[in-house]
Amino acid sequence: MRIAGKGLIDRTAPLNFRFDGVGYSGFKGDTLASALLANGVRLMGRSFKYHRPRGVLTAGSEEPNAMVEVLEGAQQTPNVRATVQELYEGLAAQSQNRWPSLRYDALAVNDLMAPFFSAGFYYKTFMWPRVFWERLYEPMIRRAAGLGSLSGKHDEGLYEKAFAFCDVLVIGSGPAGLMAALTAARAGADVILAEEDSRMGGRLLADTGEIDGQPGLQWATGVLAELAAMPNVRLMTRTTVTGAYDHGTYSALERVGLHMAAPGARPRECFWRIVAGQAILAAGALERGIAFADNDRPGIMTASAVRAYANRWGVAPGKTVTVFANNDSARRTADDMVAAGIKVAAVIDSRADASVDADYRVYRDAQVVGTHGRLGLEWIAVRDKSGERRIETDCLAISGGWNPTLHLTCHMNGRPVWSPEIAAFVPQPGAVPGLTPCGAAAGVFSTAGCLQDGQRAAATALQALGRTAPDLAAPKAEDGAYAISPLWVVDGVKRAWLDFSNDVTVKDVRLAAQENFASVEHMKRYTTQGMAPDQGKNSNVGALAVLADATGRGIPETGTTTFRPPYVPTSIAAIGAGGRAEGFAPQRFTTSHDASIARGAPMIEAGLWYRPSYFPRPGEANWRESCDREVRYVRERVGVCDVSTLGKIDVQGKDAAAFLDFVYTNTFSTLKPGRVRYGLMLREDGLVMDDGTTACLAENHYLMTTTTAAAGLVMRHLDFVHQALRPHWDVRFISVTEQWAQFAVAGPRARDLLNSVLDERLKPEDWPFMACGPVSVSGVAGRLFRISFSGEHAYEVAVPARYGAALFRDLVSRAETMGGGAYGMEALNVLRIEKGLITHAEIHGRTTAFDIGAEKMVSAKKDCIGKAAAARPGMVGPEREQLVGLRPIDPDRPIGAGAHLFRKTDPAKREHDQGYVTSVCWSPMVDSYLGLAFLKDGRARHGEMVRLVDHLRKAEVMCEVVDPVFFDPEGGRARG
Amino acid sequence: MRIHCPLCGQRDRREFTYYGADDFLRRPGEGAAPEAWDNYLHLRDNPAGVTRDLWYHDMGCSSWLVVERNTVTHAVLSVRLAAEAEGAA
Repeated sequence: MRIAGKGLIDRTAPLNFRFDGVGYSGFKGDTLASALLANGVRLMGRSFKYHRPRGVLTAGSEEPNAMVEVLEGAQQTPNVRATVQELYEGLAAQSQNRWPSLRYDALAVNDLMAPFFSAGFYYKTFMWPRVFWERLYEPMIRRAAGLGSLSGKHDEGLYEKAFAFCDVLVIGSGPAGLMAALTAARAGADVILAEEDSRMGGRLLADTGEIDGQPGLQWATGVLAELAAMPNVRLMTRTTVTGAYDHGTYSALERVGLHMAAPGARPRECFWRIVAGQAILAAGALERGIAFADNDRPGIMTASAVRAYANRWGVAPGKTVTVFANNDSARRTADDMVAAGIKVAAVIDSRADASVDADYRVYRDAQVVGTHGRLGLEWIAVRDKSGERRIETDCLAISGGWNPTLHLTCHMNGRPVWSPEIAAFVPQPGAVPGLTPCGAAAGVFSTAGCLQDGQRAAATALQALGRTAPDLAAPKAEDGAYAISPLWVVDGVKRAWLDFSNDVTVKDVRLAAQENFASVEHMKRYTTQGMAPDQGKNSNVGALAVLADATGRGIPETGTTTFRPPYVPTSIAAIGAGGRAEGFAPQRFTTSHDASIARGAPMIEAGLWYRPSYFPRPGEANWRESCDREVRYVRERVGVCDVSTLGKIDVQGKDAAAFLDFVYTNTFSTLKPGRVRYGLMLREDGLVMDDGTTACLAENHYLMTTTTAAAGLVMRHLDFVHQALRPHWDVRFISVTEQWAQFAVAGPRARDLLNSVLDERLKPEDWPFMACGPVSVSGVAGRLFRISFSGEHAYEVAVPARYGAALFRDLVSRAETMGGGAYGMEALNVLRIEKGLITHAEIHGRTTAFDIGAEKMVSAKKDCIGKAAAARPGMVGPEREQLVGLRPIDPDRPIGAGAHLFRKTDPAKREHDQGYVTSVCWSPMVDSYLGLAFLKDGRARHGEMVRLVDHLRKAEVMCEVVDPVFFDPEGGRARG
Repeated sequence: MRIHCPLCGQRDRREFTYYGADDFLRRPGEGAAPEAWDNYLHLRDNPAGVTRDLWYHDMGCSSWLVVERNTVTHAVLSVRLAAEAEGAA
């Protein structure tokens, strides 16, 4: 129920929402948790293992219990913390991990069987009999496992990613963060102030108390107004900084549209990468619990959450509140309840010297030893020196002390340091370079201390940036000492919970120690403590204390587990925003793309490029018919193919020829202007990197082409060879792949087709095979190369890219009138296999020049990259697998790439392997399936029968080993 | 991770491609012994501490860089153009 006149909610803006199908109402400013509490709903979830009824424990993102599924159309987001989800009109949520309903959960039977489900239960139980694992155990465990469920549909929600830069990133907007941001901003630094909550202010939103003589929140509002008016400040609410990375890089998750009924074009979440010169961690602290019997009932919350619900949301967390604490800070809760008119049954203080001067009953040297109430707290049992008593209460506020929120300081291997004064870990100094923790995150717990510490942290950051901190008087505020006497566990017979999310009890941790899982990392994995969505925020230190006690060590000696990013659960969709479907990788389109699509060509990916697979025509039943036709008209008429995707590198300079000699195995310094030469490029380890033609356009001016696949690799390699190995050579090169559209025109009528578009007819004597030169294409200055990847009389004609689309359409329609047309990748592949020409299917990174029969291309007269390594023992010789052609004895028997080769009589076993198939096709010219393969000592085995075994496709075909050039071995067609 | 490219300034490491230790700058001359080539191609130290390696600024200026950094602290100590590095021929 609501407390009249209290809270920061907007009572003029009521909102309707549904939880488990029941309609409720709340106000603008509510979270789902505060609105449910205001409606008297305490039961919000079921625990993971025992399906215990659970209510909200905290008021922040660390919430382990109140996790729900939020429903929005097709979207069903599990494990949303009700304490983080802001209320909006029409919000629909449902509880999770229960069946058939939250009140009556069938699997609650697990709770009765708890004695069997102790730590290590799975490891011990499901080990035998072995055959039970796949059929019985695994499906059974899978059914019961997991918190929450997804819709099973695609996530169509919008997500975004963004980058930001600043001088100072301030993480958290409580007293310390505000003071740090104000100090840095007044010094003129670019400041980002990131706050996880929907509203800035931190504990000032939930706690009473004054700063500079005014209510704390009023002071904060003044500071925020000043910051908001400064151009050098960016205020980011709903933004959780989730990770600290090298060199001032931070990740952050912003909830952009998740709190809106109609987010419109806004993304659900935005994943930020923030690069900050300096960062200030003012993330505050998290209150921890105390482990006592049945400490997990709905109605039991942290003391700070109880007063947050009352002060910030105007919600009475119960009719009668009791406080159980080991420190002074929890008294604030009792005081605030009294001030709000809520009955305080008692404060149970475990300390013998606790003050009893209060408006309520204080039991000192006392402990809570039991709780009762099936679906919510009804009464507690309290024990002190005088004995045990029963206190009727529906809300128990617990404080076992505070843990500084130091997680980010551990993301780069920092180890927190134990501070006995506050019985908590504090950040290791300098754990993240450039990150200064301050305020409660650094173990400073008074408001005055936080304000001063925020100012100090900003001064430290400003100094590192070479700026001067402004002279600012720290505001006056409460400066009480924080007195705590550690209490981790109240001993008893019944189970006492440490990790609420994963149902890990004190007994489980002690059992882990007893079974010698005594290292904190082993205990964690054995019990699953700290492995739930809250990642141990509520339980780590408590579990550590129990382990330390059980193993007879101190807490610092026991150590901590490692906090890793992200600080809060982060959806993969946000991290990978933009990377879905076509956003996964950049797409590169040729100038003929639209024309290919218009002709119905299916496009296939070649690296980032999209190329036409084939150009279907009416009446063709499948791709093979189209491909066969395209092959035939290249062999018999003329075909046109866009080859612009091949890498084109313009090389110039006095040392250009020497440079080409150095990167290619063969010699280019002898190449005359107007001529083209095929070149082979090795990696420094002696294996083939790439091949292609290089044209000499003029003296000291060359145009290198690379394969489509290796264009980027070759460019990087050339840059390396030049900059790292030959920096003094006068050579410059640049990629011109995008600048030139280039089309292969291939077939007996290639020259006729070109003559119809060139301004001057080609004189055969000027254009022998491997000639190149400038041409005028319908008035456009272009280049022509007489090269062939099909084995036919062929050219490649290049024009500036802006003319590519027009030239392609023109060439194709002219080719069609000549009985030819466009051909795609499938036909291109058949044409080159028929000619035994290689692609990266053959030069796949494990083949040498020797293997592909090109060892003579490695010039003996000069050094080149890879030459030394290519001559190593084992790189040449009969033991190498060498390129051969394969023809199945039955020409209609398909063969598959990837199949392996065996001697006729050998069994098809790995140890008898003789080689493998790299490329296959149906050849309409040879009228047979053909293959290219690598076979041991293959060149000496032409004529031999080998057994091709395709284990994957379950095929076995006898093949004859032949020369890899199947068609026109003399090469007369290309030269003629 | 951030790398300060001498030509482009401080940039996110996603703009760069890692190659390997800067040993690659010291290519054996023609006719060097097989051991020298083995050393050049395959043998690398794996230091816990200061190391020098090669990065390519392919999303930037296409420079090859020698990055001196500490593998323990991740601190980047210096960045130079490979073309100006000691050891480049």
